[in-house]
Amino acid sequence: MNKVIPALFTFLLLSLPAHAGFDETINELTAPIASAVGSFVFFKIPLFGAQLPMVVLWLVIGAVFFTFYMNFVNITGFRHAIQLVRGDYADPDSPGEVSHFQALATAVSGTVGIGNIGGVAVAVTIGGAGATFWLIVAGFLGMSTKFVECTLGVKYRNENPDGSVSGGPMYYMRKGFEERGMGGFGKVMGTFYAIGIFIGALGIGNMFQSNQAYVQLNTVAGGALDGLGWLVGLILAAVVFAVIIGGIKSIARVTEKIVPFMAVFYCLFALIVILMNFTAIPQAIANIFAGAFTGAGVQGGAIGALIIGFQRAVFSNEAGIGSASIAHAAVRTPEPVTEGYVSLLEPFIDTIVICTITALVIGTSQVADPNFAGDATGVAMTSAAFERQIGWFPLPLAFGALLFAFSTMISWSYYGLKGWTYLFGEGQMGQTVYKLIFCAFVALGCMVQLGPILDISDALVFLICVPNILGLYILAPIVKQEMTSYMARVKSGEIKKYGH
Amino acid sequence: MSNSVLVAIDGSAGGERALQYAKERAKLGGAKLLVTYVIEWSPYTFNTPEENAERHVRREQEIEKATSSVVAPAVKMLKAEGIACEPLVQHGPPAETLIKLAEKHDVKQIVIGRRGQSGIKTLLFGSVAGNLIQTSPVPVVVVP
Repeated sequence: MNKVIPALFTFLLLSLPAHAGFDETINELTAPIASAVGSFVFFKIPLFGAQLPMVVLWLVIGAVFFTFYMNFVNITGFRHAIQLVRGDYADPDSPGEVSHFQALATAVSGTVGIGNIGGVAVAVTIGGAGATFWLIVAGFLGMSTKFVECTLGVKYRNENPDGSVSGGPMYYMRKGFEERGMGGFGKVMGTFYAIGIFIGALGIGNMFQSNQAYVQLNTVAGGALDGLGWLVGLILAAVVFAVIIGGIKSIARVTEKIVPFMAVFYCLFALIVILMNFTAIPQAIANIFAGAFTGAGVQGGAIGALIIGFQRAVFSNEAGIGSASIAHAAVRTPEPVTEGYVSLLEPFIDTIVICTITALVIGTSQVADPNFAGDATGVAMTSAAFERQIGWFPLPLAFGALLFAFSTMISWSYYGLKGWTYLFGEGQMGQTVYKLIFCAFVALGCMVQLGPILDISDALVFLICVPNILGLYILAPIVKQEMTSYMARVKSGEIKKYGH
Repeated sequence: MSNSVLVAIDGSAGGERALQYAKERAKLGGAKLLVTYVIEWSPYTFNTPEENAERHVRREQEIEKATSSVVAPAVKMLKAEGIACEPLVQHGPPAETLIKLAEKHDVKQIVIGRRGQSGIKTLLFGSVAGNLIQTSPVPVVVVP
């Protein structure tokens, strides 16, 4: 390994002088592939003047189906989910294992990211205020999808000889399908998923994050970091390297501790900004509802707003992508369905709470001053909405965005790793190779114009929804059985409540 | 109430003093000692996915390490001196866990060592002894 590290950094350094040309070469090489993959995955069907990507429709139909099939578990299971996280059902005789709270916190750290700050701004820019309404609806429906996928993640995980665990859609597809006499199909789907999550981990879970972190830092620094993407990239890569290869847990631990506080801090200040814009609140809310059903001023009208809202919601909370089920599979519990319950809180926190708050910050600012952000979009737009009321806020916001990006990268490095080990086995050598590749991409993310590369990665992440949701349909009866049996035992008192 | 005393040790000098004190008391009164090691742990920390995946193994390693390097030698020493004792190793927040164990095993007294930490640290994080004294259902002896 000592030889590999200098080689990696030499590679990165060598790529620096040719920086500008390097960008263009990569873009030229990948653009045609990106557009081909993109147009296939995001194949659009015209609907009432709007363009509906098939894959979004596929996710929405899945989420609606699981909501009904699981008897609105997103509402009926909510209270039980909170009780589980609070530790009411934790066995007092086995403390020291991963708690439900920790499982939730880890999964939320992975999903709360740039999307919650910047993605919402994109949704509102393209889909109008009404997109917010559909974003919330998508978050609500996504809770059911998460419930199903995370239950399966725990149920069909692998226990490795060293006592660690590996789980996720590739495992439940392979093993679950085999149980149902579709072993061959399950193997193909599992492999396909593993490849997809690996590539996704290098794109939206990695380059996109490091790139956005760099852009944010540069904005706050007033352009002082122009052309220094390589430096920021190398620093970020070095920190990620220290955590995932160097095993310097303290960095990860510090980040994982700060991120939740940043999320609370963010929500708190967002609420303050919303309150400072209080005269605009009724109008902003009215705009959300009006826009949701009339789609005024949006291309494709209400359907256009719906599509954008749903698309951004999936991007943000990852329901249907299956990534959270990889994180939840790590939890040792005798009842897989408890992880399902806990996980349904993720889209709630991520989308229904945090995204909605961001949308209101932007919405109320827009009502108060339609041109508050100028030409800014994405994170910069959200930042401008904060700056209008709290002048110094962009700095902590950039810091927060950096940390969100970092924790998302750490989580995704694990998701990608599980795809990798599924394909190539659990060997330590292979895992190190994967981690080195991951670090190299962190640095690359800050150096290249993302454009086409990101498009491919986006497309692939959405593409793995196809086998994943298909797997969820096929295995949903098992989840329902688990849920019914578990709830009956909770009601009868066979599963004991300890605390509170 | 059984005639047993819970003594908390953690491999530190304070824990060692607590053990010596409890040993002397046990010799005098014939009490049984519960030699307890609480591995500091909270269900409300934030972990990376990798840490979660390895948690089960780590937990067993932590228990094994606490047992073999601290609790087992203490138990061996006590038994050699003819004192009845029982080892206990458990994860949890220290004060709370000691109280739970004291209740579960119906002990007469809890013996702990003083850590002697600074005022600021205590102000920020509280002290095990302080929490224990405030909430324990049985008398607590803090050995200086």
